[in-house]
Amino acid sequence: MNLLDQYAAIVGDDVIYHLRQLAAHLRGMHVVHVNSTREGGGVAEILNRLVPLMNELGINTSWEVITGDSRFYQCTKKMHNALQGNREDIQENLLHHYEKINAVNGNALNSKLEGADFVFIHDPQPALLLRSCPGRKGRWVWRCHIDVSHPYRPVWKYLREHVKEFDASIWSISNFAQPLPHPLYLIPPSIDPLGDKNMELPADDIEAYFKEWGISKNMPVITQVSRFDRFKDPIGVIQAYRLVKKNVPVQLVLAGGGATDDPEGARVLKEVRTYAGRDPDIHLLELPPDAHRAINALQRGSDIIIQKSIREGFGLTVTEGLWKGKPVIGGDTGGIRLQVINHHTGFLVNSPEGAALRIRYLLKNRHILENMGENARRFVLENFLITRQVREYLTLIVALIYGSTERIELNIPVPETNAP
Amino acid sequence: MSDDDIFKVMDCALISISTGEQAQNLRELLYLLKAIHPGCIYYHFWGGLLRPRFDDPEFQNDFAIWSWRYLHDRKLAEQLSLIDPADYTDIEELRREVIEVIEMHLSESEIIPWAKTGDQFYFIRSQIVTFDTGIRVHRPEEMVELIPRLSLGSIFYHFIDARRRTTEGKNDFSLWLAGPGGEYDSLLRDLDEIDPYFTMLSDLRSKIGEIFSNHFPDTEVRA
Repeated sequence: MNLLDQYAAIVGDDVIYHLRQLAAHLRGMHVVHVNSTREGGGVAEILNRLVPLMNELGINTSWEVITGDSRFYQCTKKMHNALQGNREDIQENLLHHYEKINAVNGNALNSKLEGADFVFIHDPQPALLLRSCPGRKGRWVWRCHIDVSHPYRPVWKYLREHVKEFDASIWSISNFAQPLPHPLYLIPPSIDPLGDKNMELPADDIEAYFKEWGISKNMPVITQVSRFDRFKDPIGVIQAYRLVKKNVPVQLVLAGGGATDDPEGARVLKEVRTYAGRDPDIHLLELPPDAHRAINALQRGSDIIIQKSIREGFGLTVTEGLWKGKPVIGGDTGGIRLQVINHHTGFLVNSPEGAALRIRYLLKNRHILENMGENARRFVLENFLITRQVREYLTLIVALIYGSTERIELNIPVPETNAP
Repeated sequence: MSDDDIFKVMDCALISISTGEQAQNLRELLYLLKAIHPGCIYYHFWGGLLRPRFDDPEFQNDFAIWSWRYLHDRKLAEQLSLIDPADYTDIEELRREVIEVIEMHLSESEIIPWAKTGDQFYFIRSQIVTFDTGIRVHRPEEMVELIPRLSLGSIFYHFIDARRRTTEGKNDFSLWLAGPGGEYDSLLRDLDEIDPYFTMLSDLRSKIGEIFSNHFPDTEVRA
């Protein structure tokens, strides 16, 4: 079974037919995506699926990865943090190195990029490749996956001078979009229902994981999956859990990546560990970055998913939780607001007390919890799966070909084949 | 219906564009509304049908939702929510109505409602790409089988977009069925009675399909 047929089994034939029809107008076009890693992280996860899907739709799509040394990544890490709002000055020599590595990669990729009809550059790491391709014939789009709603201005000012040269940019939600002299497209991220993190899992697998972690299946489980980061408010989650525990037996799981290369994360994890004390019903799981199946099992085996962030980008862990048919109790911030709809897919909260109240309410009203879980899954099915993102990329490509008019009419009929 | 009256099935896809304009309070919203791209007015009323939302939101358009959720002004939210864009064939008339409601509200209130930082109203517009699916319908009864299989983009194009595209301000199905013989008058009436504004596109598709199948009960539908 090809990929599109596998997706059709989940999203419906009409959705795939719609994609085929739209893509038919772009058949044979050459599209290149560029980022800085083939594995690990949300961008690579999406590209791993987006690229084969676009190829199956008849668009000649390739994926290039730039390479850099530790100084380059030191610079881009600082840039990433600064764009997210941390006051992070970057020394001039580090920026020069960043420019040099981009130039080296630009020279190596020049022939592939200059000949492409569309080039999508993901995030700041390869953002300067455009400068190395003066003979480019296609359109270049900068895809920003980062929450740039409150960037540290000096760093954004530096980057803006480079990304303003692109033909367009893509932002995850409107709050993140920064003024630039080209169209600012809005495309929220998505999850892949066929990937390890979101595919269906046999009940036995879930049970085996829970056994391994020592989590009882006889007591409700509430779970937050996220980095150990103050913005994710893990202490607030424990406070909420304790308030619930006074009335209802419950277990709490806080699962996040190991913090070996992140000193701040290690500090937060230590604080969380101290705050959790010796409570046997609090489970702190340090999972490796590729533990997709384990996270999937954890979310599926939980009763309620929490994402009590004080500040959040889009919040893909919320999407993942909703997709598993779980109501999500989320912080009233960022992209969580797009996904958690009060009384429908979960609850937005502003304090540990608010979270505790909603957890108790859902655990006491199982039929509401289940009903909300069904709504949650349907909501993601219709709005946040990768097929929607593919559709938006195709639409954007058409829009850029035909200019900035509000209405673009493609008048050539596509032969009626495989109509749903 | 003659053989020349063929229904051409179209489809469409929408992409959102941030205008970069944002309002922190109601007066700023009013100021920006007066000059904002007309596509923004369309988007903030109709765009919700093609983007993430739930089937029964408390308030129907983005201006009402913002007033309620971020300005905490329930009265204004209720007043804005009452504006039904289906009543306006001209987007400028719709714009004037929104401005009118906000101006009246401001003239009656002692304070200007403000949103917290981060909760601004962000103006968005959209580009719509329409395309021919190649599917042709010759007889209304063929719709019984076809409609459940149409994409939501096709439903949006023929039922929502048609209202601003056609001079009659009606949906494409009704315009196709309207003819001198009045053969399909009751079907037409049922279609015209659908309120597209308070429905999700998937429900709208079911409703249109149901109307066609009630009118042509003998049409077989393939599994």
